Amino acid sequence: MNVGTEYRTISRVAGPLIVVDRVASAAYNEVVRIRMPNGEQKLGQVLESTRDHAIVQMFGQTGGINVNETSVTFLGDTFRIGVSDEMLGRIFDGQGRPKDIGAEVVYSEKRDINGEPINPAARAKPRDFIETGISTIDGLMTLIRGQKLPIFSSAGLPHNQLAAQVARQARVKDSSENFAVVFAGIGITYDDAAFFIKSFESSGALKRTAIFMNLADDPGIERILTPRLALTTAEYLAYEKGMHVLVMLTDMTSYCESLRELSSAREEVPGRRGYPGYMYTDLASIYERAGLLVGKKGSITQLNILTMPGDDITHPIPDLTGYITEGQILLSRELANKSVYPPINPLGSLSRLMTGAVGPGVTREDHKGWADQLYGAYARAVDARDLSSIVGVEALQEKDKEYLKFGEDFEERFIVQGPNEHRSIEQTLEIGWELLSRFDKDELTRIKGDIVQRYHKGGKGAAREAEPSG
Amino acid sequence: MGIISKIAGPLAVASGMTGSRMYDVVRVGRERLIGEIIQLDGDRAIIQVYEDTSGIRPGEPVKSDGEPLSVELGPGILGNIFDGVQRPLEAIQRKSGAFIRRGIEVPSLDRKRRWHFHIGEGIRKGARIGEGGIIGYVDETELVRHYIMVPQGISGRLRSIREGSFTVEDTIAEIEAPDGKVIALTMMQRRPVRSVARHSGKEQPDSPLITGQRVVDFFFPVAKGGSAGIPGPFGSGKTVVSHQLAKHSDAEIVVYVGCGERGNEMTEVLVEFPELRDPKTGRPLMERTVLIANTSNMPVAAREASIYTGITISEYFRDMGYSVALMADSTSRWAEAMREISARLEEMPGEEGYPAYLPKRLAEFYERAGRVRTLSGKTGSVTIVGAVSPPGGDTSEPVSQGTLRVVKTYWALDAALANSKHFPSINWLNSYSLYKAQLAKWYSANVGDDYGAYREEAMKILQKEAELRDIVQLVGEDALPDNEKLMLEMGRIIREDFLRQNAFDEIDTYTSLEKQKLMARAILHYGETAEKALDRGVSAERIIASKARAYLSRLKEAPEADAETAVKRAMEQIDAEFAALEA
Repeated sequence: MNVGTEYRTISRVAGPLIVVDRVASAAYNEVVRIRMPNGEQKLGQVLESTRDHAIVQMFGQTGGINVNETSVTFLGDTFRIGVSDEMLGRIFDGQGRPKDIGAEVVYSEKRDINGEPINPAARAKPRDFIETGISTIDGLMTLIRGQKLPIFSSAGLPHNQLAAQVARQARVKDSSENFAVVFAGIGITYDDAAFFIKSFESSGALKRTAIFMNLADDPGIERILTPRLALTTAEYLAYEKGMHVLVMLTDMTSYCESLRELSSAREEVPGRRGYPGYMYTDLASIYERAGLLVGKKGSITQLNILTMPGDDITHPIPDLTGYITEGQILLSRELANKSVYPPINPLGSLSRLMTGAVGPGVTREDHKGWADQLYGAYARAVDARDLSSIVGVEALQEKDKEYLKFGEDFEERFIVQGPNEHRSIEQTLEIGWELLSRFDKDELTRIKGDIVQRYHKGGKGAAREAEPSG
Repeated sequence: MGIISKIAGPLAVASGMTGSRMYDVVRVGRERLIGEIIQLDGDRAIIQVYEDTSGIRPGEPVKSDGEPLSVELGPGILGNIFDGVQRPLEAIQRKSGAFIRRGIEVPSLDRKRRWHFHIGEGIRKGARIGEGGIIGYVDETELVRHYIMVPQGISGRLRSIREGSFTVEDTIAEIEAPDGKVIALTMMQRRPVRSVARHSGKEQPDSPLITGQRVVDFFFPVAKGGSAGIPGPFGSGKTVVSHQLAKHSDAEIVVYVGCGERGNEMTEVLVEFPELRDPKTGRPLMERTVLIANTSNMPVAAREASIYTGITISEYFRDMGYSVALMADSTSRWAEAMREISARLEEMPGEEGYPAYLPKRLAEFYERAGRVRTLSGKTGSVTIVGAVSPPGGDTSEPVSQGTLRVVKTYWALDAALANSKHFPSINWLNSYSLYKAQLAKWYSANVGDDYGAYREEAMKILQKEAELRDIVQLVGEDALPDNEKLMLEMGRIIREDFLRQNAFDEIDTYTSLEKQKLMARAILHYGETAEKALDRGVSAERIIASKARAYLSRLKEAPEADAETAVKRAMEQIDAEFAALEA
């Protein structure tokens, strides 16, 4: 075994990759320490190993590497991070080293950052409703504990404000259980990082938060590690310490770009837009680490942010993400331009776990049908708006004009709310019913007859005397 | 026994492998990870490894099992959940906890459990049994009788057979082959997953797979023994459609392959299916279901295998004479796994990086569907429903195209419908079913000729509506004549009150063919009566504004048993409403 031996046999350096010769048996994914000529030490990981050489990816700049003087030591193990509950309230860099001024962190154990796949037979079904206090989310794309629900945003939209508001306001009814936040900044600017830290600070959540920071000017390849460090920490807190952990990874687009950089350095066959063909699998190894386990108290909920290049939802990053996550919160530039905050476009947004987790006993009996009806009505309103931009409002049918007005009211009264406003789910449902009650009871066909009778606020629609179908 | 000479991700190269065969299963490294030989080059074998290879080093041993990747078939398979290479996930959970540790070896079928084996009728010592012949059965669950068959390739004279309680490894019978060799039979057999199971000939499918989903059954049915593709962007409801089919279709056995999809979706099936009851027997649906789960974070090579594992299990039950439905969600992940392995083999890429043999593999897979005469003379069928996840929802990509070329039913999922929460979001203009003519006879015999007539009538309305919509986009709805305004309203009614179906509503989740027919009748009756009113001089606005339509909207809520009276009443009420309208 060659553990501990220093190799000075680097034969090639290309981008973040180093080829080390005459290494007989480096393990796949083994961690290496690279000592630069100036004494500086960096970490790397084995990507390919044969009986005569190993290809190592380096976390950090390869600048300064000298083929003759740089040495590589194989450390005999895969990448591991120390974890403990002392990590809450602390800030780490993108490789998991404490970055703030504070006592030394005492770790309870070390864990492989890649984790192990959760056995599908051991998962518990997520069913606890998280009230975020934001009407659009709670009402139409309900966040459930154990879910992975990313925010699909674009450059210049207030995704950070929205994510911070969710983190600040989120609560589970009748619950005083242990919660924690694990935040990973991946290639974000110093300003954005400071914004989040300040937001956690002002809400008092900072002492329950572990922060990992890879800033925009930190090494790109390090970004491959950062989300995994955060998730390994979260898994420890959730499944060993029984905490309900909210994980926020931002910005996943930077992560994917690093993945592409690495792939092109390895001269792999590129997939769509140059991203590697295995990006789906790679992203899944991050997103699938959300969930609940049978017989364990804690949970991991992921609220990640990604920015869609060119506002394009079919770009590989949002596309592959959407195929893995359980829905998405889609931000719209059109709404943002109309000064709608939060600019969440309900059409195009979705929570897959909502149907199984809302309704009587959790939120309210009318919730599902109500949400369906609002979706349907808003979709028709948007259609009418598109149509009116071509043929003019006058050429619209009366019904379509009615929907047009509904759409405007819906945006102004339902979607719009203050960045510090917390609406209870009852308030949210109430606003929705006020908006829907302009329509005839008979027109609300997506809601069951008896429920319409109970919640419809009268308005112009006369009560139906008897249900046609009993 | 060989030695690892290179390791990179899920691919290992071993030297000293002289004598090993393509597709043989090997154990890689000291932890004995499962792998499969996918290329041979001199004494070197290239191996795809079905488990995470972190920490594996060159120099570690590789040992061949001397047999291709196979599944174990026998009692104990139903109601179970397996990974892509048929390891039982519940047993693994008991052994290693909530996370899947690698290198775990657990037999696919429970070796300790005893099953009561009954000797089949007319089977006795001395009888001649052909290959695939049925010698007896085990009542595995109350829903399914598990027939015990002589493995393919074995035939001869029955030397002994005994009834009683046995494990899957106990000998239950002995067969003397024509060459005099005596072969001991157990209740379990093994089949290699990449070989197609033999049968005595394919037959034309002649009955539909009834799913209870109105848009599927009424407009775009799939035959038992046929194949269907569901391509759609994310969020368009592929998984809900697949789940609905697994729950409600009238297949006798359902094999559900979760291929590279979400872990929570498999959990949903695991939690829900035991609670759902078979309407005929009242038994949990799980008793007829086999789950194969390779979730997106499980090793990618096993994803490639999971589809084959699923279809091999399906063929096994087909050979017993059952109708089997296989749902594969999603075949795109399977194709991507193929692409990933191909890229690591440094094969010349075809379209979008997929290997050039992708279309062939897709065709071979769907060709394993079919209605066949089994070796034992029964008739069984495998229906394949494959979900496709095209990047960006664009179906011009290779996996969608390769699928569409071979399947005969196409359910086109539509993002715009999904966004307005019109589910199932199957687009009625782009979808098709080529089975309609083949099944026409079945429909007239079983639901009556009017079923087909209504279907044609309704489809005509939908097509006309689509044309009118294009015109409305230019001139506005107000500019249309009254009869066309009515046509638009009819289209809307069919879309909203018939095609839209709520999978999560207790009643709406399943509609029998009979109720579908009744609903269609009521809707078309509305159209006829409205036209008559129009002829009398009543304006389209007043017809549309009348309360008549509300009676149609609530038909979905009527329970199956009351459907006939509810429809009759709705039609009377519609008549009354329209009669009250004056010119």
